[in-house]
Amino acid sequence: MVIKKAINDPENLVREIAEGVVFAAHGRVRLLEDLPVLVRTAIEPGKVGIVVGGGSGHEPMYQGLIGPGYADAVACGNMFAAPTPDVILAATHAADQGKGVLYLQANYAGDNMNYEIAAELAADDGIVTRTVRTGEDVSMAPELGRRGLAGSFFTLKLAGAICGTGADLDQAADLAQRVADNLRSLSVAFSPGSLPDTGEKTFEIAEDEIEVGMGVHGEKGVATLKMAKADPLTDLMIDKLAGDYPLAAGDRVALLVNDMGATTLMELYVVTRRAHQRLAEKGITVVDTWIGPYCTTQEMAGFSLTLLRLDAEMEALLARPAANESFLRP
Amino acid sequence: MEATQKAGFKAGLAAAAEAVVAAKDVLTKADQAIGDGDHGLGMARGFRAFAEALAKQEGGDAAASLQAGGRALMMSSGGASGAIFGTFFQAAGKALPPGDLPEPAALAAAFATGLQAVRDRGKAKAGDKTMIDAAEPAIAALAAGPQDLALALTGMARAARSGMDATRDMVATTGKARALGERSLGHPDPGAMTFTLWCEALAARMG
Repeated sequence: MVIKKAINDPENLVREIAEGVVFAAHGRVRLLEDLPVLVRTAIEPGKVGIVVGGGSGHEPMYQGLIGPGYADAVACGNMFAAPTPDVILAATHAADQGKGVLYLQANYAGDNMNYEIAAELAADDGIVTRTVRTGEDVSMAPELGRRGLAGSFFTLKLAGAICGTGADLDQAADLAQRVADNLRSLSVAFSPGSLPDTGEKTFEIAEDEIEVGMGVHGEKGVATLKMAKADPLTDLMIDKLAGDYPLAAGDRVALLVNDMGATTLMELYVVTRRAHQRLAEKGITVVDTWIGPYCTTQEMAGFSLTLLRLDAEMEALLARPAANESFLRP
Repeated sequence: MEATQKAGFKAGLAAAAEAVVAAKDVLTKADQAIGDGDHGLGMARGFRAFAEALAKQEGGDAAASLQAGGRALMMSSGGASGAIFGTFFQAAGKALPPGDLPEPAALAAAFATGLQAVRDRGKAKAGDKTMIDAAEPAIAALAAGPQDLALALTGMARAARSGMDATRDMVATTGKARALGERSLGHPDPGAMTFTLWCEALAARMG
């Protein structure tokens, strides 16, 4: 069965998403004519530029994460596929204010390679870049090179914050790397998403089962469990996240409860409630909480939990004002 | 007669590109089993651009064809496969001496250079369940094959297919499929499949 979707010709989908962002941003974001690159119209002069971007289909990541305190330019890939080097390079030129450009990407082979090629091309054009990859999925062994989930939101938010303080490229990249190192995420999927181009589901799952460790592209998870109630499921996930660092009593964290696409805010509140309770039992303080769709995979039902272990500098940066131009308004 | 044959390799590359475009659904199905199901779409987009670049190219220099096609593929496909296959063709094209119809040995050497660029870019090696597992034995067969290009390419295609078949017994350690671990067993690698279909179509057109 083909999933019902409010789209037009899939060939034009990436462009039409970006055009929607431009309309929603009312003059604060523009779209390059020839390539799918979103750019802030008023980037602060002398600022380190931030370029993000990955496969489309995960909105609001990254198209909706543009604005002061977030990305300066977004390189839009095709559905679930990393952007091509020329798209990233165009975003780099658009974001560059002469102080270098920071690439923030999720750790996927395609993104890694395309950003690497783009960085080589940017160097040829005289633009200095640094790249920080977020890979925080605890369902994978660290030596495999963990893939990135919704945690990229925090890497971007804190990098955006420090770039707003006048930090140079190395300071911004070092901070972003520290954020990436202190992120842990785990997802659970209840029902699959689909590829908008074909309308086909990305995986199959039994009615009474859930998939733990699901990737944001709808790749199969690493373990299939029977459906559980919210509290034991949340406990299992929080324990796995906290145990992975491991976190100690007295640690301070930021929490992101991310909707994978089709999970209700009602459920997210129930999960948030239990996540806070479980962390408090461990003596861990949740400094701030983000709830909602940040990194989605179409109509996939399920959620992910992300913890960011904070230090004093990160905590101060987290509190700095920022504005998404088309997704979350302050 | 000789002129017809000289134009042949570019025509072979075009036919091979079209064959991958036509295999979009097969490749999508293969990727749904162990990846995210977009390999066919990305490769169809990339190889269509490859074919379009060939159509725009003046003359039939094989090195120029591979470079132009590889660049077009890299800039249109996206994802890991776009970077991998784009890198392969671009690096191979740069390494190939000028001429419309390459010698099998020169072509094998150029492809070997392309494959090394893929290894450097993707950090994968033989046995990781990637296109390398089809390309490595295929290029070795081409290098060790007969002087006749068509026959050598046929041997290359055969080696690619057995290399691809062997990926069924491999556990993915790179790319999106790596998270599956042993659950990736039993499925061929979609990238190896693309490389194999490309070789087979090239050999068929040149034969």
